[in-house]
Amino acid sequence: MASEPRVIVVGGGLAGLAAAVRVAEAGVAVDLFSMVPVKRSHSVCAQGGINACTEPVRQEGFSEWDHFDETLYGGDFLNHQPPVYEMAYAAPKIIDLLDRMGVPFNRTPEGFLDRRYFGGSVFRRTHYTGASTGQQLLYGLDEQTRRYEAEGKVTKYEFWEFLWPVVDDDGVCRGIVAQDMRTMEVKAFRADAVVMATGGCGLIYGKSTMSVICTGGAASRCYQAGAWLGNPEMIQVHPTAIPGEDKCRLMSESARGEGGRVWVPGIKDDNGEWTPHPDAGRHPNEIPEHERYYVLEEMYPNYGPTPRHGNLVSRDVATRGIFFAVQKGFGVGGGRMAYLDITHLPQDTKDKLAAILEIYEKFTGDDPRDVPMKIFPAVHYSMGGLYAVYETEQEPKPKFLCDIVPEDAGRRKDPSKPAHPGMVHGSPWNMMTNVKGLYAFGEVNFSYHGATRLGANALLSCIFDGLFCGLGVANFARTQAKEDPSEGVADEVFSRYVAQETAKSDKLIATVGSAEEGVDPYELHRKLGEIMTDELTVVRTQEGMQRALSIVRSFIEDYKRVKLGDNGVWTNQNLSFTRALGDMLIYAEAMLLAGIERKESRGCHYCSDQDGRDDEKYQKTGVCQYDPATGTHKVVWEDVPIPLIEPRIRDYSGKK
Amino acid sequence: MIAANKPEQFTVRIKRQDGRDQPSYWQSFTVPYTANQNIITVLQQVAANPVTTDGKRVAPVAWDCGCLEEVCGACTMVINGRVRQSCSCLVDELFTGTHDQVITIEPMSKFPVVRDLFVDRQRMFENLKKIKGWVPIDSTAALGPGPKETPDEQHERYAISRCMTCGCCLEACPQFTKDNDFVGAQVIAQALYFNEHPTGAELKGERLDVLMGPGGVTDCGNAQNCVKVCPKEIPLTEAIAKVGRQLTVHAVKRFFAGKR
Ligand SMILES: Cc1cc2nc3c(=O)[nH]c(=O)nc-3n(C[C@H](O)[C@H](O)[C@H](O)COP(=O)(O)OP(=O)(O)OC[C@H]3O[C@@H](n4cnc5c(N)ncnc54)[C@H](O)[C@@H]3O)c2cc1C
Ligand code: SF4
Ligand code: SF4
Ligand code: FES
Repeated sequence: MASEPRVIVVGGGLAGLAAAVRVAEAGVAVDLFSMVPVKRSHSVCAQGGINACTEPVRQEGFSEWDHFDETLYGGDFLNHQPPVYEMAYAAPKIIDLLDRMGVPFNRTPEGFLDRRYFGGSVFRRTHYTGASTGQQLLYGLDEQTRRYEAEGKVTKYEFWEFLWPVVDDDGVCRGIVAQDMRTMEVKAFRADAVVMATGGCGLIYGKSTMSVICTGGAASRCYQAGAWLGNPEMIQVHPTAIPGEDKCRLMSESARGEGGRVWVPGIKDDNGEWTPHPDAGRHPNEIPEHERYYVLEEMYPNYGPTPRHGNLVSRDVATRGIFFAVQKGFGVGGGRMAYLDITHLPQDTKDKLAAILEIYEKFTGDDPRDVPMKIFPAVHYSMGGLYAVYETEQEPKPKFLCDIVPEDAGRRKDPSKPAHPGMVHGSPWNMMTNVKGLYAFGEVNFSYHGATRLGANALLSCIFDGLFCGLGVANFARTQAKEDPSEGVADEVFSRYVAQETAKSDKLIATVGSAEEGVDPYELHRKLGEIMTDELTVVRTQEGMQRALSIVRSFIEDYKRVKLGDNGVWTNQNLSFTRALGDMLIYAEAMLLAGIERKESRGCHYCSDQDGRDDEKYQKTGVCQYDPATGTHKVVWEDVPIPLIEPRIRDYSGKK
Repeated sequence: MIAANKPEQFTVRIKRQDGRDQPSYWQSFTVPYTANQNIITVLQQVAANPVTTDGKRVAPVAWDCGCLEEVCGACTMVINGRVRQSCSCLVDELFTGTHDQVITIEPMSKFPVVRDLFVDRQRMFENLKKIKGWVPIDSTAALGPGPKETPDEQHERYAISRCMTCGCCLEACPQFTKDNDFVGAQVIAQALYFNEHPTGAELKGERLDVLMGPGGVTDCGNAQNCVKVCPKEIPLTEAIAKVGRQLTVHAVKRFFAGKR
């Protein structure tokens, strides 16, 4: 029985929209699910820009290969090389495409695309629209999606929450179960392929730079249903954010890319050593130049063309620089804060940063054009996420722990040409998880950024996943629809999952009236955020992670007594949040386990009780596998193949 | 530290509604004052302890939010009578000195309420579809760069493209009501945004056709309320005037083409 192919895309951020557009363009119908109207997805928050080796950058001496190399170097070589290679070489074409879609990129006086400096590179290779690049890129893709929606090729399900993937007895993904967040209806949807593009998991840390829906709940549900995670311990802490009660608001790397400097008050002795300044109460504008300790410039003076470029080292490195300075007592006013200073920049540069300067001004009441901003590192990005594979022509083939890629895949179409170093275009296996028919795109995909993501590479990887790997999804769905369509799967397979999810909701709702004291989900979430922030961010130790693990495990017990405050039958946000909290706890447990087992320091996984990077043992992906029957996790190590660039030790202190 | 003129606690009056087409009612909550509080943190405090000022435990308030930094547009509400984003609305700003301040929070009145402060703004997205709010590219294939643009042109388009579909301009507009079909300032400005792009201009005629009919630009009474409340300072009235001029030209062209 053949049927019309259908693809479900869960998530309407950059990755989800790019996927929807690409799959629809290939002629396959798309059902697009999102908890929020797609135009309000978290991708709107991205500020700084998107990297690519476009022609003018090339003429300044940069190349796609350099972009590829820099991304691996920044990621401390935990990235998968063929996908990163492919992404770097696709990047200039993606910029052109976004430009054609009408994204209002900043322009040079002559009318060409402008660029700015960004972290982890000494080249000006970051394209941008003011300081709201993510918003503008998302809108560009939102518009193209709307076009396909108007043509009937994309159907949107906004305010629908993905609850569970429908995986049949043969382990093939056949669709999803989702809930209408307004009417609370729970329903199954069939599809010949499902793309998860659900973004990051910052909310596990309570407060982060992410939007309130970035719980990682969707990824965790896939994990519990049998999909694996790769390197979930790899969480990026961004060097510069405004700490807040409800959220840490990012002050983009573009501030430093445009010449902003990080400093703390201090006194320099005759040997050039800095000590904290005794008077902690001074207004920053009263502090003389010689009492400003430019932490990153002093630590990394030779990284770029000028010492000021030291402000643009890889994020994990910059974060540690600021964090340790504050720990040594250099913090502004003696507290946990440093200055990010753009006051010296010319007016037109400040104008380019208007979008973020306005955020600072609105939320703190101070005008950063006149007074240095007070910032501190904050949880920002998940490099880890759902595990995924890909197809390559390279020999030897990467050995994956799962056998989803057939043995004979990757045969060269054109044997007269050398093997292509990247991924095979249109391959159905590109970014498929270990569950057949289930894909992971965007921030939820673990493949691209290794142990640290370079600034302005995320937007690129999200759009690249959608556009490049989207074709493979359409191809896979078409084959499935012909040979083994979801339409042919028994209803019982779907109703089973609907029953499972309905029971879960009913059970939570039933707690509202119960006489028992119960556990407050918001309070439990706050405590989870605290312990994760304490033990799995900038500095990690075995002892700390073990402590966090046992606490998180006790929270998993507490969660069994969680009690809701709302039994409303409409828009019950209490239910949605509490359900996600249960999933966050399980995800947090996996993060800690992977962190504990990775006994080395690599990228953001800096362990003060380990001696540096250990390639012998850990040039590997920590693959987490969950056993729902026992509620236990297993971490299995899979070699990260090294087909193109040998890992080398990272060092930002000298010219690269 | 609580400043001298700041209360230790204050009252928030919230307009509630249990579901679509249900009656609305008011409830008051007492909330402790904290430094740098915004309306989202106030709502979180209410959610953490949903007990009314007269001691009744009630269902937590539903509201919409996302980015918490005024870029997603989700959290728009009417606060002390003014439509704005609740995430960027600082409590300190609302307190002007006296001790018995009350903050009132209502859902936007021009859109159907889903529950409490949560409204359904689907109409705005539908209108974007109506005016064909996109640049009709051939395909996603690599076909080279887009058209060149001067920095001035970019500035002009960027100013409009920051619209986050929040609906403030529609809430404030006297001509836009729940039941009429006026499209409002947001979508007229968006039409201009696409008309001004060289490839986007391909659909200019179709866009103007939509804006020429009932519910289009002529329904605007030029009250200028929209531009005053737009959080992204989008030059809305200027955009409406420009589209008005485009419409005049369009109407003349249509007249001569005999398409009346
Ligand atoms: C403040 C900030 C600034 C940044 N700046 C930059 C930058 O300058 N350059 C750069 O390259 N990167 C930047 N990043 C990173 C980048 O923005 C993100 O990695 C990227 O936007 C993620 O996109 P995504 O499509 O994977 O997911 P998201 O945009 O997070 O979208 C996730 C989607 O999934 C949906 N979803 C989630 N769960 C469910 C569920 N259960 N059911 C249904 N739908 C669900 C959501 O509704 C949403 O539509 C920044 C990040 C932050 C936080
Ligand atoms: S000018 Fe007045 S009538 Fe016209 S859209 Fe703006 S608020 Fe409405
Ligand atoms: S034009 Fe301004 S007020 Fe209107 S929806 Fe857009 S951002 Fe909001
Ligand atoms: S939450 Fe996004 S604008 Fe307020």
